[in-house]
Amino acid sequence: MTTKLMTLTAACALLAGAAAAQEVRVYNWSDYIDEDLLTKFEEETGIDLIYDVYDSNEVLETKILAGNSGYDVVVPTGSFMSRQIEAGAYQKLDPSKLPNLENMWDLIRERTASVDPDNAYSVNYMWGTTGIGINVDKVREVLGEDAPVDSLSLIFEPENMEKLAECGVYFLDAPTEVIPAALKFLGEDPNSKDAEVIEKTGPVMAEIRPYISKFHSSEYINALANGEICVAFGWSGDILQARDRAAEADNGVTIEYHIPKEGALMWFDQMAIPADAPNVEEAHTFLNFIMDAQNMAQASNYVYYANGNEASQEFLNEDVIGDSAIYPDEATLENLYTFTPYDPRLQRTVTRLWTSIKSGV
Amino acid sequence: MRRFALIAVPYLWLLALFLVPFLIVLKISLSDIALSIPPYAPTLDLSAGWEGVRSFFAGLDFENFVFLTQDDLYWKAYLSSVWIAAVSTVITLLVGYPIAYGMARAAPEWRPTLLMLVILPFWTSFLIRVYSWMGILANEGFLNMVLGWFGIPPLQILATNTAVYIGIVYTYLPFMILPIYATLERMDESLLEAAEDLGCSRLTAFWLVTFPLSRGGVIAGCFLVFIPAIGEFVIPSLLGGSDTLMIGKVLWEEFFSNRDWPVASAVAIVLLLILIVPIVLFQRNEQKQREAA
Repeated sequence: MTTKLMTLTAACALLAGAAAAQEVRVYNWSDYIDEDLLTKFEEETGIDLIYDVYDSNEVLETKILAGNSGYDVVVPTGSFMSRQIEAGAYQKLDPSKLPNLENMWDLIRERTASVDPDNAYSVNYMWGTTGIGINVDKVREVLGEDAPVDSLSLIFEPENMEKLAECGVYFLDAPTEVIPAALKFLGEDPNSKDAEVIEKTGPVMAEIRPYISKFHSSEYINALANGEICVAFGWSGDILQARDRAAEADNGVTIEYHIPKEGALMWFDQMAIPADAPNVEEAHTFLNFIMDAQNMAQASNYVYYANGNEASQEFLNEDVIGDSAIYPDEATLENLYTFTPYDPRLQRTVTRLWTSIKSGV
Repeated sequence: MRRFALIAVPYLWLLALFLVPFLIVLKISLSDIALSIPPYAPTLDLSAGWEGVRSFFAGLDFENFVFLTQDDLYWKAYLSSVWIAAVSTVITLLVGYPIAYGMARAAPEWRPTLLMLVILPFWTSFLIRVYSWMGILANEGFLNMVLGWFGIPPLQILATNTAVYIGIVYTYLPFMILPIYATLERMDESLLEAAEDLGCSRLTAFWLVTFPLSRGGVIAGCFLVFIPAIGEFVIPSLLGGSDTLMIGKVLWEEFFSNRDWPVASAVAIVLLLILIVPIVLFQRNEQKQREAA
């Protein structure tokens, strides 16, 4: 009897041990990390890493606002995160568990403080710009040698778009990216929160709408790379990934990324811990791991996005740190603008405007 | 007692999987949007007892439903969904009927194999099958490659409503074939001989004898395609263009882009009300079938 009881106790202890195996659940953007880093994290820390991906802020936000997402680390874009913080979705980070915080870049921390005061809730993962990706040869073929590839007029002037439609144009399916750019093209404040000003983008978009083959927030990487389209209005790193894939495939497609000279949206993807995260301790371990200078450099070298980690810069490949499309020079940096979230009423106006732009209803 | 237990099982099923979720959605559709977790208020607070229920009802209004009538986006999206579903149903019938007919007329030893072939696509994930259609229909896809061999200029199909029709017809075809096959297979073939003896041509015999006898299956198949196609989201969002207007996509946008769960729920409730008519008709058809058998 005693033996039986002891076996039972031992079995229970074993089960409890198994249940307490450390794990961390990370929810990040698709195509946004070097997967070798994930294995490295598991090997170094012994923590099981469960890694899921999404391709829009809206999907992440809905899971976060529904509560009990089950994730320990998520990576929202700053403008979205700011209102999620307001809704009480995140917990403050514990700096004592994040010694690598000293690696972070003050220049970026100053800017992210506009969406996360004192950077209390988040650390920067990557940042980038929203701009124009082109298939160099096709655009030249259609628009001639002096095509305005570094200007918003390339994608917002109907006469350019009419010709580009022959070889295919994709736009991000994200009003918070496209509408600021359209406002900039009009010479308005891209961060305007005035419904009347925002509505002005409707007619501009309506004129070029017939020439846009698709609004989508991730398909343009492949479409650009395999030559299916010649212009994409998209995120810097995605377009640079397309450039890379095309070069690897050696299919005669040359992709370039341009930050429009009128100015571009600068965005920040921030790593944060949901308020109801089940594994807070492990989440901090993960954040600290990512903030390691070499790890962060490995991530940036893979995805071609700039990061907010100053110490990582010495480990970056020359084609990342030396590329002004990724790490823009001072003058370009000055010209980048940031974006703050819409309130619910304005959000509805913007979504409605977006639907009418896309479907004409 | 045993009879009661037998009836209780399906009703419990209905209660747990339909009525309870429906009431939750109804409740959210009557709340207001809020910046919180979850993003709506008031929430029904049962822990506060009667007081909680009362404050919930005090905050009730139907403004989200009124809102749906103020913007023409919603009725246009409902109408366009019904239209797309109806056209797809007709095409599915035109494609599915001959297949079912061929199966029912095949040699009996072949029928299980043919039946298997119809069901076989279900072994692969629906999502993967829709993705493969993207590969087939893309501008640089298989279809245009094959057309290119014959010197035919490439077709722009992906990201248009044509692609949505292809996707829906492809996906729901088995739901059309199976009920029609079931009625055709039961049919007594000597009826056709009798019709021909009485001077019918084969075509009129089909039209006067076979088709009326398979009507139950046709109706069942049409509803099985039409009802889910109205609320379809995956097919239009993957294969359709940005201008494909379907209520499933509108609902997604309310929920995800606007974070407006209350309006999204109101859209869902109205969709359900629209679906109730065909669902009731479907039930009645099933009942009639059973009585006839």
